[in-house]
Amino acid sequence: MDIKTKTINALEFSGFAWLTPAVRLVTGENPREQMMELMRNIALPMIAIAMFLLFWAVGASQVDTSLGKLPGPVQVWQQAGTLIEEHTAERERESRFYARQEQRKAEVLQEDPTAEVRIRPYTGTPTFFDQILTSLLTVFTGFLIGSLIAIPFGIACGLSDKLYAAVSPLIQIFKPVSPLAWLPIVTMVVSAVYVSSNPLFAKSFVTSAITVTLCSLWPTVINTAVGVSSTNKDLLNVGKVLRLNWMKTVTKIALPSSLPMIFTGLRISLGIGWMVLIAAEMLAQNPGLGKFVWDEFQNGSSNSLGRIMVAVLAIGFIGYLLDWIMLTLQKAFSYDKAATIR
Amino acid sequence: MSNEYLNLSQVGMEFPTKKGSFVALRDVSLGISQGEFVSLIGHSGCGKSTVLNVVAGLYQATTGGVILEGREVNEPGPDRAVVFQNHSLLPWLTAYGNVELAVKQVFGKSKSKTEIAEWINHNLELVHMTHAANKRPHEISGGMKQRVGIARALAMEPKVLLLDEPFGALDALTRAHLQDSLMQIHRDLKNTIIMITHDVDEAVLLSDRIVMMTNGPAATIGEVLDIRLPRPRERVSLANDPVYNKLRSKVLAFLYKRQKSPLVKAVA
Repeated sequence: MDIKTKTINALEFSGFAWLTPAVRLVTGENPREQMMELMRNIALPMIAIAMFLLFWAVGASQVDTSLGKLPGPVQVWQQAGTLIEEHTAERERESRFYARQEQRKAEVLQEDPTAEVRIRPYTGTPTFFDQILTSLLTVFTGFLIGSLIAIPFGIACGLSDKLYAAVSPLIQIFKPVSPLAWLPIVTMVVSAVYVSSNPLFAKSFVTSAITVTLCSLWPTVINTAVGVSSTNKDLLNVGKVLRLNWMKTVTKIALPSSLPMIFTGLRISLGIGWMVLIAAEMLAQNPGLGKFVWDEFQNGSSNSLGRIMVAVLAIGFIGYLLDWIMLTLQKAFSYDKAATIR
Repeated sequence: MSNEYLNLSQVGMEFPTKKGSFVALRDVSLGISQGEFVSLIGHSGCGKSTVLNVVAGLYQATTGGVILEGREVNEPGPDRAVVFQNHSLLPWLTAYGNVELAVKQVFGKSKSKTEIAEWINHNLELVHMTHAANKRPHEISGGMKQRVGIARALAMEPKVLLLDEPFGALDALTRAHLQDSLMQIHRDLKNTIIMITHDVDEAVLLSDRIVMMTNGPAATIGEVLDIRLPRPRERVSLANDPVYNKLRSKVLAFLYKRQKSPLVKAVA
């Protein structure tokens, strides 16, 4: 394979198939056709985005709220810049804080080498980017716990009709419940059960993560169960002829054949988990992007709506990124490379 | 009959359906000696595959039973390897990986690592698939997939090799190639083979005996035809062989005069 084919394959694999005409264009392959395709792949979305920004700018200026006019794209862009500035300023303050402590420690040690000097942790307000990090950490933790429960459970349900018949009503009842309805119960249970003098994780973190776990369970359970139970009968017969034991039947036949379905479930789960997490953070005042939005709303300064809008866009962009990660993983693990995965 | 290598005695098969039980097979009795190549032929829906599945142990006969080397067959096992009609290769494994799964399962304890690798390669060689050992099923043609399926079955060193319409989904040229390969393998390894087919030429060319089945429901063996053609057989010269053509017309007469296709009957 030459470099060009490799580049094109890599782009298609990573979901940037719309860039392949550019690669072909550079190598001088059918310039006219490639330009047309680039136009379609890039110019059309650009036009749509430009029109969206225009409508937004015009529409927002018509709406008066108690916090002033709705922010247009320009104000939101400015607020994004402010948020970045605030973040760097906060980081500087933090490093200065630690530097001061180190200096003091050195001074104390010089006078009395046996003295014990504690370095106190910095307790500044978390910035927008800190909140993003917290949210990401929470969603991944909850998603991971949920998947670790849901995949084995789904496999068991897929293999045993009896088990599936037994738990099916429970799944059907709990599936449509918004995890936010669980939030008060989860909060109370976590406060009662998770008691530790030196907790590894904050209670709010555990609560949010469990809420994400609760909603990422069901799509994965159901998709895994359906995937496993729809394993090709002939392939299972191959396993029977070979006298594969139960474990090997699962690992060699049922699991690989249901991997695409499992990934579909995981993708849906992560998407729902991300949506729910933001709402849970708003509702429970747990650290994260949701709390940022709520704090800004409560703050009610003239910049608040712009800052919330930045958060909204960031939430959307991160959600897209998470889905892209799952899609690329799904492609990497899929045995049928020819299948189109969307 | 009881001294036969493989013995089907009065096998009957009923399937429960919503309208009561459906009798698919009744009184199927057949003895097969070691190294024999037997074809089952009949119209679709006559229960050929059911017979094969009973021998494979994938179905349990409702009445009667199957005895292989003096032991009753009541569950599937690698001593009765099956080549499925649609190849049934695991799509996420390479050709080598598919054969490896079978070899490791059957000989994992008795063979060393190098012996296992040699045995896998040997069986891929038998079906002329060494060049595509590292390809996955979706990267190779239908005929090649079926070759790998045969290699996987052969690699289990089965007492009986069961072929369920192995070449049914292939084009005529590929089919002829695979039939020649199969004849050669049978000559070299002297396997006991039961093959299901609905191709008259294939049955006459490959078999020592053709078992012709009546139409279902309650299908059974209508007639058994001995094919006393010398081996090795060669398809081109056989085309003008009077014995071959006589045998061929006997099978055709059974299938199209005495056991009209159920579809034809419905139209008439």
